[in-house]
Parts: sequence; structure tokens; C-alpha cells
Amino acid sequence: MAAHTESRVPAMWGRFMTWIDRRFPATETYEFHASKYYAPKNFNFLYFFGSIALFVLVMQILTGIWLTMSYVPSGAEAFASVERTIMRDVDFGWLIRYLHTTGGSAFFIVVYVHMFRGLLYGSYREPRELLWLIGMAIFLAMMAEGFFGYLLPWGNMSFWAAQVIVSLFGAIPWIGPDLAQWIRGDFNVSEITLNRFFALHVVALPLVLIGLVFVHIVALHHVGSNNPDGIDIKKNKNADGIPKDGIPFHPYYTIGHDLPAIIGFLFVFCLVAFYLPDMGGYFIEKPNFEEANPMKTPEHIAPVWYYTPFYAMLRAATFPLLGVDAKFWGLVVMAAAIAMPAVLPWLDKSPVKSMRYKGRISKVMLTLFVLSFFILGYLGTIPPSPTSTATAQVCTMLYFAYFVLMPWYTRVETTKPVPERVTMR
Amino acid sequence: MDGGGASGAVDADRRYFLIGATLVVGAAGVVGAAVPFVKSWSPNAKARALGAPIKIDISKLKPGELLGPMQLWRGKPIFVVSRTEAMLAALALNDDRLADPKSERPAVPDAVKPKYAQNEYRSRKPEIGVYIGICTHLGCSPKFEAVVEADKFGADWKGGGFFCPCHGSMYDLAGRVVKGVPAPDNLPVPPYSFESDKVIVIGVDEETA
Repeated sequence: MAAHTESRVPAMWGRFMTWIDRRFPATETYEFHASKYYAPKNFNFLYFFGSIALFVLVMQILTGIWLTMSYVPSGAEAFASVERTIMRDVDFGWLIRYLHTTGGSAFFIVVYVHMFRGLLYGSYREPRELLWLIGMAIFLAMMAEGFFGYLLPWGNMSFWAAQVIVSLFGAIPWIGPDLAQWIRGDFNVSEITLNRFFALHVVALPLVLIGLVFVHIVALHHVGSNNPDGIDIKKNKNADGIPKDGIPFHPYYTIGHDLPAIIGFLFVFCLVAFYLPDMGGYFIEKPNFEEANPMKTPEHIAPVWYYTPFYAMLRAATFPLLGVDAKFWGLVVMAAAIAMPAVLPWLDKSPVKSMRYKGRISKVMLTLFVLSFFILGYLGTIPPSPTSTATAQVCTMLYFAYFVLMPWYTRVETTKPVPERVTMR
Repeated sequence: MDGGGASGAVDADRRYFLIGATLVVGAAGVVGAAVPFVKSWSPNAKARALGAPIKIDISKLKPGELLGPMQLWRGKPIFVVSRTEAMLAALALNDDRLADPKSERPAVPDAVKPKYAQNEYRSRKPEIGVYIGICTHLGCSPKFEAVVEADKFGADWKGGGFFCPCHGSMYDLAGRVVKGVPAPDNLPVPPYSFESDKVIVIGVDEETA
């Protein structure tokens, strides 16, 4: 009997898939993106983070939808709907909220590592420029998404952080003040601002993010993944046209690589979500446990940690230039710092892609870049002082030097020879 | 139909013209359709109505203090500061530390620069200063300090001031900004008038009435 059933089920499945495939490219899509997508066999742990980012996105959407069911986006009720209804009245509301807030920070940690991987192995180089640019667009959309979401709990830090960031647009000469008022929809941040940020956070930007992530993956699977050696595996194919150094993404990377990574990630993630959800004031800032108050600026306003490197650069611009206020230059410096990585594909003139084969200057510059990013991230969380401002100015120079000097140092340095085939180490 | 149609040849010029004309008309349509979406983000009628003038009772304001609890006009805190003789005298002593002591800097588009505030006290009456309590840097609300802390303002500073905790901008008690801080401008002066000695109306003066 058993043998009889076993032979019939696959046959039925086969007929079913044939029926589907004539009407929708299911098998073709599955093969193109998973079972016959040949990824280089020498991926290391840094290649986990793209999959983890996708996982976090799904988690954010799921928890976000659930939070929307209990959240009330009105000036009078928003704070109570988060701190009382969700955190106390709704069964497991506290868990869903903490998964969402921790997820926001986790998203940025994972994406920052994912981007660093790109810098390290030259993943932005030809033919992956567009893939990199789509990634930059995702990063921008994430920053906007995080900013809009931060206003929703309507805590006092929510209010004043929105006030400060919207005021940034007021620094643009001539149109600035009107633009800031247009964004707020009021003379000051108010319930009107809260309502539109809610719409942007729960509808508009998630749609944009999902669309961008989709084209990011389509572009990746079109050009193929880079690898720690920065070698094009499509140059070495076997008789069947399969890259000799490639292995099918599914099951080798899905089950053997990314699933354990996601499980490991969840261990750490749950530790934070359960035991340290505010991360000592870094993930959820302390003044946000108090309701928004337009008459009471918190003693010290700092954005959430993932914006602080850029915020520190904003504050580092302290002197007027060319007859324009320091305030405007701060905005320019911050915007440039965020946008700068987008032009990397055209700044890197090195004959090799991966840091493994680049010269010493590249290694020093990347190290300084990462260090300055961390130091700026710290400086952005503390109140400004003459010492911190001077340090931030030095670090801002180092941050930009990595990009601006790149066409020079990638040309002059001596690189190591790149092997024909990928290396396993 | 000469040139095209039956013979099968394409009149490229005519095709490009038609494509171009269609694009122009289409673009005009998109711009037109965008207007309601863009305009709907402006402050709505209710927000504009809430921006109407407010009255502030200053009968309980003591000399040398900032009026509390603070009142909001258009969602922005209004500073009403009562300055003592000593505070007024100190205002003249910090001029070299100030970026724009005489309020001469051209007004940014939304800033109100009432004529009655273009004096060293930036107010109608020297002893009563009325300012919008929003830092001209990034919109935080500065803190009133009747006597400033020397480690913030410097040892040579005379009298009180306002200190913005966000980015360290400083103002004197006439809301005049100190040189070399992130804030570019003096604290704005709202349009205001005295209904009586004890009541200030914010949002109305002889120019806007």
C-alpha cells in the first residue's frame, strides 16, 4: 500500500505543477531565484546579513500591522494608546511593541554590517552599481521610516526630535521656513503632523521599502553575488554552463547558512527584546516615557543611535561660509554624508575589488572610516562641548576623506594578484 | 497619406512630434493632478484658526522672572520676561559678544520683524520682553537663566540669558543671539500689543490688525 501511495503523490504533484506552470512561471521563478541560482561557494558570515535584513523586514511588517490594530494616531490619545493600551491592556501587546522597537534598531545594525560588507569586498563595483544604488535608496527609505515611526508614541523625545529634524528643512535658504511648515502641516509640530507621519510610516514607506527590496533582489540575481575574493565566478563555467565555484542558493545557503544565522540572530534579538528593550536609553530614549510637551524641551535631545553619526556631523558645522549660515552648512554636510556612499562605484579605481587584494592605504582608510563612524555615533549621543565638537570635526574630515581621496589612493597603491578561482578561508 | 501609411514607411518627425506633444500634455496633467495632493499638506482651516491671537495675563509676572506657566501661540511657547533695572543695564554690556545686537540682519521670510522691536531691548516696553521661545537653530526651546552659568556663557558675560540645551546656542535677555553659536538669528518677536498694562495680545499689532 505504502509504495502505491508514494508513487501516486509525486505524480499528482507533478500534474498540479504542470497545470500551474502553464499559467504562472512558478517553477521557473523558484529555479531562477533559489534552486538554480548559483552563489559563490566561499561566502563567509558577513553574507548572512542580507537574509537577516529581509527577515527583520518581514518581522517589522508583521508586528507593525498588529500594533496598528491598537494604536490611536491622535494628539490626545496616541501616548496613552501606546503606554497604556498596548503596553498594559492588550495581551502580549508589550511583546509585540518591543519586538517592533528592537526590530527597528536591529534593522539598522544588520543593514550597517551589510553595507560594510559591500565596502570590504567591493560589492558596489561594476556590474553591481545599480544594485548598490537601489540599496542606498533602501537605506534612505529606512531612515525616513524610522524617523516617521519615532513620532508615533508621542513621547516628549518623539515630539522634540521631530521638531529638530523638520526644522532642518527650515535651514534651506528662502524656501526653508515655508517648506518646514508644509511638512508639519501646522505652525509647530502637532496632531496634524502626527497623523501624516502615521500615514507615511504605516502605508507609504512600507510600500516603497517592499518595492525597493524586491528590485534589489531582482538586480542581485540578475548580476549574481559578489564574494570575499571579489572574483567573477561566471568566468569559470563547467560544460553545463554552471559556474565551477558556484553552489545552488537553495538548499546550500538557505538551509546550511542563512537559517542557522537567523536562529543565532533571534537568540540575541530576543535577549534584548525581553530583558533590555530600551537598551539603557539607546533604543527607546528616557524622555519618551513622558508625553509630548511643546513647552518643555528635554534637557538633552539626541536622535536614536542609528542617526547619531550623521547628527554629529550636522553639529560639527559651526561656522558660516560664503555668506550662508552654519545651520545650512550643517544640513549640507549631513545630507552629503548620507549620500556619499552612492557614488562609491565611480570613486573606486582599484584594479581589484576585494580588500583582500587591495593595498595598505585602502585598508587604513577603511579602518579610519569605520572608527570615525563609531566615534561620531558616540558623539551624537552626548551634549555638545568644545572638545566633542572639535573631535566631531576631525572625524567628519576622516569620514569624507575615505570617499574624496579614494580615486587617488586606489590608483597609486600596490595591489596583490587576484587568484583565478575563489579561495576557501 | 503621403510617405507613411500604405507604403509602410514611418514619418519619424511626425512620430516624435506626436510623442513630444503627448508628453507635454501628460506632464501638464500630472502637475495639475499634483496640486490638490501638495496643497492638502498646508496647515488646514482648523490649524489656521488655532493660530488666531491669544491674550496673556501678566499681572502675576514678577520682576526678573519669566512668565509661567508658559502660553502657546501657534503651538510655539511665548517667552514673556520681566527685566529688572540691573538686567536692562547689563543688556548694553555684551554687544561685542552678540551676532546682531541692533537686529539689522535681513528677516528670513517667515520671521516677523516688528518696528517697535528694532531697539536694543527688542520690545515695546524696556522692562517687558516678548519673544517666541523657539531657538532659531533647530527649534528647541531655550531655558531662561536669570543669572547665567559662567561655564556656559563665559566669565565676561553680564546679566542673564537664554541657553538652548540642544546645541548650546545662547541669547541675552533681549533674545539677541551670541556670536559663534549654531543659531544664526535673534529669537523672533511675535506681533503683539498691550491691551492694558496687565494683558498682552499675541498675534495682533497695529501692522496686522
